[in-house]
Amino acid sequence: MNVLAAGTLSVAAYSVLPYVALAVGIGGLIWRKKTDRFGWTARSTELLESRVLRYASVLFHFGVLAAIGGHVLGILIPQSWTEAIGLSEEAYHVLAVVGGISAGFAVVVGFAALMYRRVRFPRVRVTTTRMDVVTFVVLGVAIATGMLATLINIPDTVHYRESVAPYFRQIFILDPEPSLMEGVNWVFQTHVIVVWFLYALWPFSRLIHAFTVPVGYIWRSPIVYRPRGGRSGARTGTYGSGAPDYSPSIPSSRTSRPKTSEKAAQPH
Amino acid sequence: MKVRAQMGMVMNLDKCIGCHTCSVTCKNVWTNRRGTEYVWFNNVETKPGRGYPVDYEDQSKWNGGWELDRKGRLKLKAGGSLKKLANIFYNPDLPDLDDYYDPWTYDYDKLISSPSSDQQPVARPKSQVTGKNLDLQWGPNWEDDLAGSAEHAAFDPNFKNIQEEVRQGFEDTFMIYLPRICEHCINPSCVASCPSGAMYKREEDGIVLVDQEACRSWRFCVSGCPYKKVYFNWNTGKAEKCNFCFPRIEAGMPTICSETCVGRLRHLGVVLIDTDRVEAAASVADEKDLLDAQLDLMLDPDDPEVRAQALRDGIPSDWLDAASNSPVYAMAKKWRIALPLHPEYRTLPMVWYVPPLSPLESVGAGLIREGGDEENIFAAIDQMRIPIDYLASILAAGDTAPVRLSLERLVAMRRYMRDVNLGDPVRPEIASEAGMEPHELEEMFRMVAIADYDDRYVIPQRHGEVSRDAFVDQGSCGIDFANGAPVPGMGEMTGFDDPDPYGGALACASNGTAAPESGALAVEEPDPDFDIRNLLSRHGGPRPLKEGGDA
Ligand code: SF4
Ligand code: SF4
Repeated sequence: MNVLAAGTLSVAAYSVLPYVALAVGIGGLIWRKKTDRFGWTARSTELLESRVLRYASVLFHFGVLAAIGGHVLGILIPQSWTEAIGLSEEAYHVLAVVGGISAGFAVVVGFAALMYRRVRFPRVRVTTTRMDVVTFVVLGVAIATGMLATLINIPDTVHYRESVAPYFRQIFILDPEPSLMEGVNWVFQTHVIVVWFLYALWPFSRLIHAFTVPVGYIWRSPIVYRPRGGRSGARTGTYGSGAPDYSPSIPSSRTSRPKTSEKAAQPH
Repeated sequence: MKVRAQMGMVMNLDKCIGCHTCSVTCKNVWTNRRGTEYVWFNNVETKPGRGYPVDYEDQSKWNGGWELDRKGRLKLKAGGSLKKLANIFYNPDLPDLDDYYDPWTYDYDKLISSPSSDQQPVARPKSQVTGKNLDLQWGPNWEDDLAGSAEHAAFDPNFKNIQEEVRQGFEDTFMIYLPRICEHCINPSCVASCPSGAMYKREEDGIVLVDQEACRSWRFCVSGCPYKKVYFNWNTGKAEKCNFCFPRIEAGMPTICSETCVGRLRHLGVVLIDTDRVEAAASVADEKDLLDAQLDLMLDPDDPEVRAQALRDGIPSDWLDAASNSPVYAMAKKWRIALPLHPEYRTLPMVWYVPPLSPLESVGAGLIREGGDEENIFAAIDQMRIPIDYLASILAAGDTAPVRLSLERLVAMRRYMRDVNLGDPVRPEIASEAGMEPHELEEMFRMVAIADYDDRYVIPQRHGEVSRDAFVDQGSCGIDFANGAPVPGMGEMTGFDDPDPYGGALACASNGTAAPESGALAVEEPDPDFDIRNLLSRHGGPRPLKEGGDA
């Protein structure tokens, strides 16, 4: 069964939707970064409930990281490349199924536990926004279809590396070929379409925290000093990285506040 | 030598009456919002007791603060950056809401709206988080004035290293009130724990703040602070903490907790710190040397060399004058009567405490009154009702010497001033026995006993030449982000009928209704171009405040 066979619908779903989703997703990300840094947060609920979170969150997040890694491997890297390094298609398939099932299992169990927790504990429930609910539904469908896709492909009948994967690569090189998706199993089709929706949703939902992995922490010096009124020098570890600014926090509404550098040059 | 100014506070525990005025005024200003119901930037706890949150002083449980590794290098007790990142999905050291308490209110409405019946109507406690009925088991100041101490107080971590007698002596009952705010540490472990770099120490005054726009909800600051003075706003998903009332401080006004303190026991001032030696000071091998190492960082503001370097480092000269008159420098370093809270956490805290004198047990009683001889008096300090060991484990990493010195000087001051006030011949030897000069005892007396407003608060203003008038903000709340913006991440909360049932809305009255607090602020028309309500640029006001959003 095909969710969408040839024709306009297919073009809409596999050629137009991806670009709309990417445009909304990337545009949204920029918009959010410009206008709403305050809302850019993981909004942890660990304070409110930690016993289930302890396992559920870890399982879910590491599972997702593994699954993303698997997707990158399976979709972005062409079959010819893996074969070139001597990985036969059969070996690859075993690897993908074993890896995919374990990662998928962690994600499914983790996600289910997180959802249970959100419903079961009133403290967590009250922090749930409408946008969260929408996100959870879309994410839930994406996860369910993804897991199902992995399972039905155990006998290696779908050959997604010859259909879905090139479809994605065609999207990225701006030469969409919706026909690649048309013969694919409906579970895969649904998964792909839902994930496009997820991308569009991303910047407007709590998922945005995925874009703030604080790797800089590894190299940063432990203590952060910041002159008032500037982010400059914020990442350095010594006092005096920027000039101290002894003007008040609340700037004048009439005179524009001198820049830090001008200020430092003034005799006090 | 690199000189920076650092704000500090001294609290004179002798005078704290445990009235919680400071906590209440602080709450009204800063944490009277949804998401922060359980948060007390300032809290007053009765010691011995478990504290807020429960057992926060037990670092073997919470892993807050710093420790030395085997090579003697300073490290976060909770582990380095890689370990933090590996734990980012679940922070094993984070306190649970129940370790603070589930905040509640009562459904008072029942009292007036219930139909007439044989029974009195009851207002039941309702959780401010979920709105559901609560079975109260623990709350803020649950152990106030030793309530329930027979059950709880033995858990006080400060008893850990103290001999059995003291613990048993507790049956003879002693207690002190310990008001706590963020220490605005010189070596803050909260800052070092933040993966996003959202927490920072201000170069100008050392105040430690959270950049609300950079916080990403990783919550390691909460567990990294050994005093548990960073809190997690569960509504916004951001860390918040005591900000030393920086808008007031910048205007030369004392913090709200200080201004309203009934015992008038809080002192605020600037000290000059040599920032080149901070890490070395925090890394001294023996915990008991931390106090001296920290005092050593605090430079003499009257030393011409220090002044010259400070001016070169950009500190305005009026700040140097303030440092010369600083009550914090005087009490901590000159007279050594103030001690830091738990120096063993190695954060170099900047809120200092004058230990309380307490009634003497049996023999010693009356000695001070009678003016008895010195030997007996100093021996009597050991018979004070609050065991010196206990004070030492709170204020001096277990070292009784600095506590004893402080208490001796406080006693000397009383004896000396007694003669002065009664018109008896003064005895300079009282001063010299305590290692001080008579004039120093008199100055000390002015500071701790008279405690004039202008002696307690020596706060240099920010350079306000370009300042705007703050009158328009009277009656608005200090933090504006949580009220206008219900939740980050769009949309209202769904789980609760009334998104703001208990008072969050009280936090922000409309602008300009309250009377000006100080004559120092000129009265002007509110400026229509400037809308401070748009601190976070979420609602597209005309002129969002760029650097705002610090809390
Ligand atoms: S007391 Fe304040 S400055 Fe010190 S570690 Fe805790 S939150 Fe940070
Ligand atoms: S207001 Fe002053 S006297 Fe009252 S509890 Fe607070 S610190 Fe103590």
